[in-house]
This record gives sequence, C-alpha cells and structure tokens, in this order.
Amino acid sequence: MSETFRPDNAEQLRDVLAWAASGSKRLEIVGSGSKRALGRPVTADHAVELGALSGISLYEPDELVLSAGTSTPLAEIEAALAEKKQQLEFEPPDYGPVLAAASGVHGGAPDKSNPQSGTLGGVLACNLSGPRRVKSGAARDHFLGFTAVSGHGTLFKSGGRVVKNVTGYDLSKLMAGSWGTLAVTTDVTIKVLPAPEKTRTVLLFGGDAVTGGRALAMAMNSPYDVSAAAWLSASLAARSPVDLASARKAPVAAVRVEGFGPSVEYRCGALREQLGALGATEELHSANSIRFWREIRDVMPFASPGDDRPVWRISVPPASGPAVVTALAAEDGADAFLDWGGGLVWLAVPAGADAREDAVRAAVGPTGGHATLFRAPSELRGRIPVFHPQEAAKAALTRRIKVAFDPADILNPGRMYAEY
Amino acid sequence: MKMPEPDKAVLARREEIAKALARIVPGDGGVIVDPDELRPYESDGLTAYRQPPMLAVLPETTEQVRDVLRYCNENGIKVVPRGSGTSLSGGALPLADGVLLGMSRFNRILEIDYDNRCVIAQPGVTNLGITKAVEHEGFYYAPDPSSQIACSIGGNIAENAGGVHCLKYGLTTNNVLGLELVLIDGEIVRIGGKHLDADGYDLLGVLTGSEGLLGVVTEVTVRILRSPETVRAMLAGFPSNEQAGDCVGRIIGAGIIPGGMEMMDRLAIKAAEEFAKAGYPLDVEALLIIELDGPEREVDDLIDRVARIATDTGASTIRVSETDAEREAFWAGRKAAFPAVGRISPDYYCMDGTIPRHRLPDVLRRIRELSETYGLRVANVFHAGDGNMHPLILYDANIPGELEKAEAFGAEILKLCVEVGGVLTGEHGVGVEKRDLMPEMFSKDDLDQQQRVKCAFDPSSLLNPGKMFPVLHRCAELGRVHVHHGKLPFPDIPRF
Repeated sequence: MSETFRPDNAEQLRDVLAWAASGSKRLEIVGSGSKRALGRPVTADHAVELGALSGISLYEPDELVLSAGTSTPLAEIEAALAEKKQQLEFEPPDYGPVLAAASGVHGGAPDKSNPQSGTLGGVLACNLSGPRRVKSGAARDHFLGFTAVSGHGTLFKSGGRVVKNVTGYDLSKLMAGSWGTLAVTTDVTIKVLPAPEKTRTVLLFGGDAVTGGRALAMAMNSPYDVSAAAWLSASLAARSPVDLASARKAPVAAVRVEGFGPSVEYRCGALREQLGALGATEELHSANSIRFWREIRDVMPFASPGDDRPVWRISVPPASGPAVVTALAAEDGADAFLDWGGGLVWLAVPAGADAREDAVRAAVGPTGGHATLFRAPSELRGRIPVFHPQEAAKAALTRRIKVAFDPADILNPGRMYAEY
Repeated sequence: MKMPEPDKAVLARREEIAKALARIVPGDGGVIVDPDELRPYESDGLTAYRQPPMLAVLPETTEQVRDVLRYCNENGIKVVPRGSGTSLSGGALPLADGVLLGMSRFNRILEIDYDNRCVIAQPGVTNLGITKAVEHEGFYYAPDPSSQIACSIGGNIAENAGGVHCLKYGLTTNNVLGLELVLIDGEIVRIGGKHLDADGYDLLGVLTGSEGLLGVVTEVTVRILRSPETVRAMLAGFPSNEQAGDCVGRIIGAGIIPGGMEMMDRLAIKAAEEFAKAGYPLDVEALLIIELDGPEREVDDLIDRVARIATDTGASTIRVSETDAEREAFWAGRKAAFPAVGRISPDYYCMDGTIPRHRLPDVLRRIRELSETYGLRVANVFHAGDGNMHPLILYDANIPGELEKAEAFGAEILKLCVEVGGVLTGEHGVGVEKRDLMPEMFSKDDLDQQQRVKCAFDPSSLLNPGKMFPVLHRCAELGRVHVHHGKLPFPDIPRF
C-alpha cells in the first residue's frame, strides 16, 4: 500500500529514509510539488512530503546570508529579502504557469498578487536560474551549505554559512541539479545580494535570430555590465504583455542593465547608442522592464492557455544559439526564443513525433551543449531521455556517484535516468 | 604530520616503475629519478613540510596522463598531482612511495573565443597568463589569487582558488565552464564546455576544490569578463577594528558590493608600509582598502557614498586614488603584506579561516589574547567583505619548538573560527595542513559521505592520499547499507 510520510523534523526524515533503505522501498520526494511535471516521471512505492521542514532560521542582511528549512516557500524567502532590499541573485523562475498551460489551465501571469510557486530547496535541487544567470551565476553558485539525509539514511552536512569556504568537497554543488536523487536536504544556506536600485532594458527591433544573436553578443561583450540578454521571434514578441515590446510585431533583442541610478542611466544610454546602429530601439523602464524579464524567466511565451506543445530547454555556447534556432524553429508550428545572451534556447515543437528528439539532439550535439525535454506529456517523458544522454565514461561516473549517496536507489527513482 | 605508511613493496620496484613510466613519457626530462633533481619537488608553498617523491613524471599529453594513471592504478602506486607547487596547505606534498605527476608541460592556451567569452587552456598555464592573453582585447579572468603570477589554472581548479575580488566576481568554481579530466583508471571524462550549466550531476562543482583527490585535470575552459571602464580605490583608516568592521557591514548594507575590500591591522599596516612605502597612515588601528569598478559614472557615485559611510563610522583618514598609479600604490602594500611580514620576522605561518564578518572584533580580541599566551606576534590581513582572515603568526624556526608552538597557535585560531560559525579554510584548502582539524567542523557521518564521493572517483585511494581526510576508510566499508530490521522505528511520524 502506498503511503505518504510527512516528517516533522530532520530526525524523522532520517528514520523514514533509513527504513526505506533497508527494505529498498522507493520514495518520491516532494516539497510543494510545483516541479512534479519536470524531469522523468518517478516510480515510487511511497511519497515523502517535506512541507513541515519550513521557515527562515537565520537571515543576516549585512552578511549576505540566509538559512531556511528546505520546504520554505520561495514567496516567503523573497518577501523577507525584499524587506531588506535584497534578492535571490539567480532570479529563480516560476514554471507553474508554463507547465499548467499544457493541461489547458492558465496559471495566470505571475505578478505581486500571484507570488512565486515552489520552495527554496526545490529550486536548488533542480538548479534553476533565470535571465541573470549570464551575469551572476546559477542557483548552485549561491548555495553555501546544507544539512541532508542521504539514501544511506544518514544525516550529514556540508559547506557552511560563510560565502568563502573550501573546507572539504563542495557537496552543495552536487546537490544542486541532482533533482532529489542523491539526498534530501532538510536545511539550506544561501548567499543573497542587494536588489538593484534601478532597472532598464534596451530593445532592438528587426532582423532574424542571427542578427539578434549578434546584438546580444555585442551587448554581452560591452563594458556595460549587462544583467540579461534575450531575443524573441516576431510572433512571440507580438504576444508580450509589454506594449512597447509587442507593438511593432517585429523580432526583439532585449538587454537589461541594473544597479544604481546614475550608472543604469549611463549604461542604458550607451547600449542604446551602440545597438541603435543595428536598427530601431526602445527603452523599458522600471515596471515594464521587470514585467518583460519575468515573462522571459518564466517561459511565458509558451504559456498561452491550451499551448500543449512539447518544450525543450537547450543550453549551448551563446554564439551557437541563433543557429540552433534557425535549424529547429523553422518547421510549421515550432517557435523559439533565446535567453542567456543566446546560450539558452527555449524551443516549442508541434506535438507528436517524439518531440523531434532526433533533430534536437543532432542540432545540439556538435555544439557540446545539452538539451532537456522541459515540458511534455508524462508518457513521453517516461519513454525518451529527458536529460541529455551521456557518453559511457561520464555515465558510469554518474552512476557511481549516485551509489555513493543512495546505494539502494530509494530516492526519486527514474527522475533523471531510466535505470535508477 | 603523519602521512600514509610507505609501501615497501612499491619502493623496492622503483627502478622498474621508472622504466615503465619512461616508456609512457619518453624523452629528456619525462621521468625524474635523480635525488638532486627531485629536490625541487619536495615541498609546495607550505615549506614547513618536505618529502621528496619516489619519482616524478612530467607528461605532455592527455594520453600520457591516461597511461601513467592507468599504470599506477594497475600497480597500486600512489600519485600526487602538482601544478606550479604554490599550494599553501601542502596539497602537492609528495609521498615517499608515490609518483609525483607534474603538469607544468601542459602550458599552452588552446583557444580564445571572444564570441563566447571563454578561454580554453591547458592546466599548467598560469592564472595571470590567461588575463595576459586576452587583456589587449579588453577582457580578463576574474579570480586573482596573490600567487597569480606563478600559480597554474589547474592548481586553481584543485584548490578552488580565490583572491581579492571574490566577493563580487566569485571564486574559481564560479568562473569555470568546462574540464577534461582523467580518472585514476585512465578513463577520460569531458564535463561542460562553452555553455552554461553542465548537464547531469554538477561534476564541475565537486571537482573544483577537490585538492587533486578525484582526478587529474588536463584541459580547462574558463569564462572571461570584459574589463571595467574605471577602477578606483580608497584608503580608510580607523581608530579601532570595531569601527572598520562596522564600516564594511554598512557598505554592504547600503547595497554596495565593492570589487575588493581588504582590511589590515596595525602590525600588518606597519610592516607593509615599511616594505612598500604605499603611503599608509601609521596612526590607525585598522586600514581598509576599498576598490570600486565599473563605468566612471557609477564609480564616482559609489566612491562618494562609501566615503560618507566611512566618515560616519569614524574613519580618521580617507584617501581616494585619482590615477591608476595611485591605486596600484594603495594595493602595493597589501599585496606585499606577506613578504613584508617576512622581513620583520624570520618565519611566518599564514592562516586562512573564514568567519561570519560581524564576529571580527571579537575574534581579533581573542587572537590577541592567544598571541600573549603563546608569546608569538600576529599580523592580520583579511578579505573583509567575505570574512576570510589571514592571520600571519610570526615565529623563528631556528628556535627549537617554536614551529610547533606556531602550529598549535594556528590550530587554536582555526578552532575559534569554527566556534563562531566559520570554517577552517576560505581559499587555501585543507591539504595536509588542516587535515587533522576536519573533525572540528565535520562529524564522522559528514566525513564518511565526503569519502564516499572520493570512492566514486578513486576506489583504491591512490590519488593524493594523506590529504584532506584525517582517517581514510576502505571504500568497501563505506558502501555497506545498514539494515534497520525493515520496520519503521518511529511509528509517530505523520503519514497519510
């Protein structure tokens, strides 16, 4: 019989995992459940819900550090940070709406009345980062330390609460992006940073993915400290809720600057002059800039109600992004946009034909990058590789690391790879 | 410092091993067997420990590294990798029965890719060599450990090297995009590349800072950044450490993350000024060097804001650099702090703990008390923004017992760092130096889990043994699953 365990504390979680390990009981690990439709479907005997492991235990703004229970809602973390004019620098995305859209439900545009879904531990476990990734690093770069229970059923810790620490292996990095398959965190400590005083975005209209990519590269290579750089095709730009971006019905290259007022004004002006040589430009200020980037962050271009197309999340060298778009988005019914200065391709493809897996892998392989099947029916996510297939030596090493943390394969079986 | 017992059977085969390695790495200088020629390898930057290796091998290609490691693995021979040998924690300290694997011949930059803002280099290229290769195009590599003129990028990966710009630009781990790695069994693994976020488990993250215990890096891809338009620095002197600490906290509290923020105490200021003539005020207890970088408009604005904060927190002197030459002079003293201290004392021992920054005044007071107890002077320099302290313990190795006293004093400082919520090492690594202090910070369960990671890479513990872990367990022992009778021991766990 399938049961759901809701441990009240780390010790109870340890007891559940120790019990599961000794009897090879497979467990699905759940925070708020906001990312259940990501990754491969889990095959489990029981579920473990971590909702009780919640709450901010330490927040010292001057030290740029925050510790919290793993299931603390991101909305709660962001509210506490906002009060001290700080933020999660990696700009965690909220994929609630884009995942819900495929099931015919429109999650609604995330805004102040609809706060961030998901938990801090969840966003770290999946290493999800938004547009600021290009400047400030990924979730993993802000993950300082944790306490967790391994698949051995043992409580252990790694890292610390200071930003500079090389004592022992950096297991926080291994936890980030392991999708709960190595250990279950109970408490996590992160680095937080000041929120910018001001934000502005320069828009450049016209051209195609290749010229758009060139504009992004020009901005990223400038000394103007760009904190985000994205490109939208004409059809996706037309759908933007930000009028200045949608009105021209043309492709848009967008670059963001953030920081102190005088600096932002200067850099915005300099970038506008630079990009102006390539075509017509426009500027987004404060609320419009925030709105525009939240749409990119949350993959809202593919979140229209009823949009059930499979979506790929593709990481490639930034200069290769436009070519990947050209190769894969030309088909009728396909569409793509670029984030991370061209290095992150969001690709929607028509349903069926295994989400064009062969074509996607063939286009991405030569760049050295990787493609993840981000949104798809669970049947498809169970049948074809969701995460990029690994070469033999790396796959073997990955398996040995899994065994080092979870020898009985009790944690989120099948979530990342079909075999374990 | 107790190292693993030398394996007599391996030592007896020294000649045969040398011949086998020479077949893999033929030619002059491929394998070093002569005791005099091995002497330069007997220690790294932590010169208190010395041990010539059994042999040294200096491969030139990834295939040679693969074959050397495979041979050593099959023959049960320990291997100690070495970059430039600048480790301050004994990370490259050889073993009497071990092969020293020197990576100095991997000294080429393979590709510079401005479109993707990255450089692909062999691991023996120096840290500064990367910046030198791209600075004419207005780019640089951000992490800048003070040994950057000599230390290798491969060594930076092994130690997760930092520098004075970490608070704003991160450590090595935040600036590496890809690696080619050879495992002890000879398998070659490529991780990441020119794209962001390598796929699968974050192997890049766990390898960076793994101190040569997991694999040998043969190629590195790092990101490069566009150089800022303007850089200016400020000197701010304070009558007390408390006020200087308060100033640092308020700068960050105001949302300002300076490119660099360094602090020195009275003895360090005095030594540095005498040595470098940087123009430091000598009538202050603490000195901050605050560097701001970015567009001119931003830097001018922030310099004003920081100067106001420094005044409000009681700075008795404030000077702002007007030219690059002046800024470099401000830094000259700080960068020369270690050799400067070397001039006022026959020997010094550099510590590297990190503490929560607000505990600084308290920790400094207790270091002063310990200084009196041990009868040894201490000069303090810190990366003030991130709480990484480098107390320099002054001693004289020619006085019997004084080195041991300095080490005991150093251990007390590191225990103090852990006690106040900090860590044993912020950027120098555990190595042999802090190996036996690991239990101060980690429980047996914590260390066992770290060792299981080691086992996933190197099940026979042949790569750099004797570093990082105070006790090495056999991998088979750590892999066992404990049986808990198959019954849930606590029936009161809420379940549904």
